[in-house]
Amino acid sequence: MTKHRGRGVASINYPIGMNLGGDPSQALVHSNPDGKFTVALSSIDLGQGMKSVTRQIAAETLGVPVEDVYVDTADSDIGPHCMGSFASRGTHRVGNAVIAAAKEARGVLLDAAAEELEVNAQDLETDGKGNIHVRGAPQRSITVRDVSIAAQFRQGRTISGRGIFLIPLSDVNPETGEMSPVSCYAHACLVVDVEVDDETGVVDVLQMNSAYELGRALNPKLVEQQLVGGAWMGMSHALYETTEPYYPDRAHAPNDFNDYVMPGPGDIAEHNIAVLERPAPDGPFGGKGPGEMCANPVLPAVANAVFNAVGVRVDDLPISPEKVLRGIKDQGGARPMPTPGQAGA
Amino acid sequence: MSKKPLQFTLNGANKAVFVEDGQNLLDVLRREVGDFAPKYGCGQGTCGSCTVLIDGKPHLSCLTLAERSEGASIETASGLADGPDLHPLQDAFMEHFAAQCGYCTSGMLMAAKALLDHTPTPTREEVVEAIAGNVCRCTGYEPIINAILDAAARGRRFSA
Repeated sequence: MTKHRGRGVASINYPIGMNLGGDPSQALVHSNPDGKFTVALSSIDLGQGMKSVTRQIAAETLGVPVEDVYVDTADSDIGPHCMGSFASRGTHRVGNAVIAAAKEARGVLLDAAAEELEVNAQDLETDGKGNIHVRGAPQRSITVRDVSIAAQFRQGRTISGRGIFLIPLSDVNPETGEMSPVSCYAHACLVVDVEVDDETGVVDVLQMNSAYELGRALNPKLVEQQLVGGAWMGMSHALYETTEPYYPDRAHAPNDFNDYVMPGPGDIAEHNIAVLERPAPDGPFGGKGPGEMCANPVLPAVANAVFNAVGVRVDDLPISPEKVLRGIKDQGGARPMPTPGQAGA
Repeated sequence: MSKKPLQFTLNGANKAVFVEDGQNLLDVLRREVGDFAPKYGCGQGTCGSCTVLIDGKPHLSCLTLAERSEGASIETASGLADGPDLHPLQDAFMEHFAAQCGYCTSGMLMAAKALLDHTPTPTREEVVEAIAGNVCRCTGYEPIINAILDAAARGRRFSA
């Protein structure tokens, strides 16, 4: 019995959003009489942090404190239309819609403030702390709250904005199949080190090292969180998870968490992440978002690492101990790839 | 079916409810008492999201017969915070971004509290063991482990 070390690499270009009717998202922003703003969206925050990021985007665009913005999501009865939370599109598509809506609302906010201050709206600026003042004359100032009250009770004005983001639908060239499905791509490279036991077929992930280029990280800690968690899920898909039966038919498929195998807290690997920020021209404040890309490269990287370790190419998931052992048996034993020095891809 | 009276303390407060034969504790806490911190996940004791403390020990409330909790002291994540002051574990979970969708969090917090109440300075292995019965699909566990270790390292007192 020997444990063989192997290293695998995977690099990906990852599309943000998809070519589905222009992939539109809408956002609605309105102020309440207390000077706080509500953003209505129909995408849902599944835990990836879209509520936090759209809140930041709305606050930044409106020019108000982030604490004064509330994001309401996932009410498809009364919310504005959105294609949904999928295809890694949340930050990019919804973020852009929020910018458009918040810009329109900001315009009304400044118009209302101008009426109260008896100045020209073009001369006003926000301080991001809840105040609006005349540029160059900060003493000519009014709070966002007072403007909201005035708009509501005196001016009869709704401080609100509508936003939609839509990319042109790309027709498919019937000759070549060519199309431009998305407007920007994110990128990643991930290196995985594994250890493969040639007696049991068990693959242990020892370490992951990754670099992600996902535009500007609008909330760096949330990006890191998503990359850490997503890599775990990638590892889980690569080595553990399946809804397909083992023996002898579908009746033996897993129905619950007893049978559905997942790596637990004792099975996690060290993961070092480098986030490269290259703001996307059409992203909200340059952001593209990590999305599903956080899990995807782990699968081919693990498959490559197993091949590197024992010479077995498993091409269907998960890379279960059984498949590894059958592969080793078929080729008459483990065949670590001959690499000079350390195991390398 | 007849209902039976049941009395216990929930996060220090006396509770008296009527329960059905065979009703599980999770159901009683959520439906009869209105404490929605313990979550219904799998309903068969394999995900840990319903974890509560009964007399200081972690239990899967979905598998616990309610009537066996007569006179017990039950703790849930609802009782962790003291007014606006979060429990040190809650602080650490926030600071380490140990929650994403949040569905496992209340169970994780109670599993962690059970550990730290008895083992104030656990090793990483002890933390892993303590949460091994709690499934998380978002975080990859690393932030949760780090949060629990950090909460312990701060040497704070852990009492509900």
